[in-house]
This record gives sequence, C-alpha cells and structure tokens, in this order.
Amino acid sequence: MRLRLVLFAAGALGLGAAYFAAARGLPPVGGYSGAYGEVLNAVSVGERHATDVVSAVNFDYRGLDTLGEEFILFASVLGVATILRKQQGDEEDRDEPAWQARQAPDSDAVRVLGVWLVPLTVSFGLYMISHGAVSPGGGFQGGVVLATAPLVIYLCATAKTFLRIAPPWLTKAAEAIGAGGYVVIGCLGVLAGKQFLENVLPLGTPGAAWSSGTILFLNLTVGIAVAAGFVELLAIFIEEVLRRET
Amino acid sequence: MIGALQFLLFILLALAGMQVVRTREPLAQSIAVSFYGLVLSLLFFLHQAPDVALSQIAVGAVALPLMILLALAKIRRARQEREAEQNR
Repeated sequence: MRLRLVLFAAGALGLGAAYFAAARGLPPVGGYSGAYGEVLNAVSVGERHATDVVSAVNFDYRGLDTLGEEFILFASVLGVATILRKQQGDEEDRDEPAWQARQAPDSDAVRVLGVWLVPLTVSFGLYMISHGAVSPGGGFQGGVVLATAPLVIYLCATAKTFLRIAPPWLTKAAEAIGAGGYVVIGCLGVLAGKQFLENVLPLGTPGAAWSSGTILFLNLTVGIAVAAGFVELLAIFIEEVLRRET
Repeated sequence: MIGALQFLLFILLALAGMQVVRTREPLAQSIAVSFYGLVLSLLFFLHQAPDVALSQIAVGAVALPLMILLALAKIRRARQEREAEQNR
C-alpha cells in the first residue's frame, strides 16, 4: 500500500512537471496561426451572404463533409432499428398480453410544465434550424432541440400520445426526405452546370433570415433529418422498452 | 488572458470529469455526464464558440444521457424477464 502511494506520487509529480512544461509552450488563449480561418472570416459574408461563418463552412465550403455526417446519423438510426427489431420478433408471441401501457403522470405540475415547454422547444428548434446561416446554431442543433418536444410530450402523457404525434411512418418518411433532400439540393449545382453542392440559389441580403442561398435549405433538410432520426430512436426505445413496463 | 470565470469553469470541469469517473452507478453516472456536458458547453461559449456550445448542449447534455438512460431501461427489462423465466 505504501509502495503504491510512493509510486503514484513519483508518477504524478513527473506528469505534473511535464504537463506544466508543455503548457508553458502553448500559444495564448485565442491565439491562431492558420491561414484558412482568417481567409474565411474575411470572405464568407461577401461571397455567401452568411453572417454565421461556421454555417457557411459546414454547409457550403465543406458541404460534402456534412453530407457524410448526415448519413452517419442515418446509418446509426438504421443500425439501432435493425438490431432492436430482431429482438422484438423473438419475444412477440410469448408475453404480449403481460405488459401494459405506462400510465400518464398524476402530477398537474408536470403537465403544466409540459404545456409550457413544448411550444418553447418547437419554436426555438424551428428558429435555430431556419436561422442557421444568420446566427449560431443550425440544422443539427435545432433538429435535436426539435426532437425533445415529443420526448416532453411522452413524459407528460403516455406512449400512445407520443406515437400519435410522431407516428413511425411520419418519422421514417421525414428522415428519408431530410437525408435525400440534401443530395437533391446538391444536385441543383450539377443541373446548373456547376459543381455538386455549389451555391447556385439567390443569396439575398446578409443577416436576413431568407439569405445565403442553398445554406438555408441544406439547414432545413439536415434539421428535418436529425429531428426525425432522434424521434425515431426514441420511438424505437419507447416501443421496445418503456411501454412494456408497468 | 484567461478570465476569472473561465478559470472557475476549468476547475469545475475538472471536478465534474473526475466525478463522472468516480461515480460507479450507471444511472447516477448518466446525470453526472450530463452536468459535465453542460459545464463544457458553458466553457465553449465563453471561448466565443457558440456553435460548438450549442452542439455540445444538444449532444453532450441531452442526447448522450438520454441514450444511456434508455439503454439502461432496456437492460433492466431484459434482466427482469430472464429472472421471471428462471422462477417459472
């Protein structure tokens, strides 16, 4: 025990010394020595009319990377759905009547909070998706915020209400439309005789919600796909797990 | 230079991260990791990265703990089923 402490102290002291020596050589907070960041900061508002440079990078200059990210999420949701579907088939015949729907919470406070939270999350999520090119946020973040609304509904009501608001056919269709829409918008560039994902739509006024061409619409498709993907995941778990708990 | 608030958040982040590791109960750990994600997103925000902060809140403080909770619920149900089968 004593030996272990001595060994730990020696190791910790060595690590600490090395760490501080390394940290002293770091550039100051906010220091930046690359070239691309400065270039993009200087040109993106003029070239793409997007006041949020991060969105301009994600959905225009590096739009192909975001397409890949969107399909990573698509593939993960698909994987979860596939894995959990198989288990459902195994057990279905046996304990079907044994489980019953989860009851809605008795607390009025929870329901009142839900009534407040749902419109708030829906409008904030939609705002974030639609203003991705103007202010921080965008399709990914707004989509997750939007997806929490059905979750709040589930917490305040029953799984049946959740499934009525977000039926499986709707989430599946929305996710397919969102994922495919990104590619379709990318093909607009090809149709116009330019490159895939090139920003060919009118750019509008910088700072206005209706601006920056394809960035706005790509944000919309990503928002739809992410929100639908998350709701789909929730629905899978809720259907498979929580509804069977008494 | 680093402001006092940033310094405080760094300390809080280190403590929160340590607590995530020290927590052994997975249910409590999901709440701890959610708090850790929230502190991290505040830190991103103070370093003038609001986009990253929003992603961090959405994924680190909401989506990840939620998926852990749902997975735990599924594991618990599977265990209960197995036990019920053994008792039969």
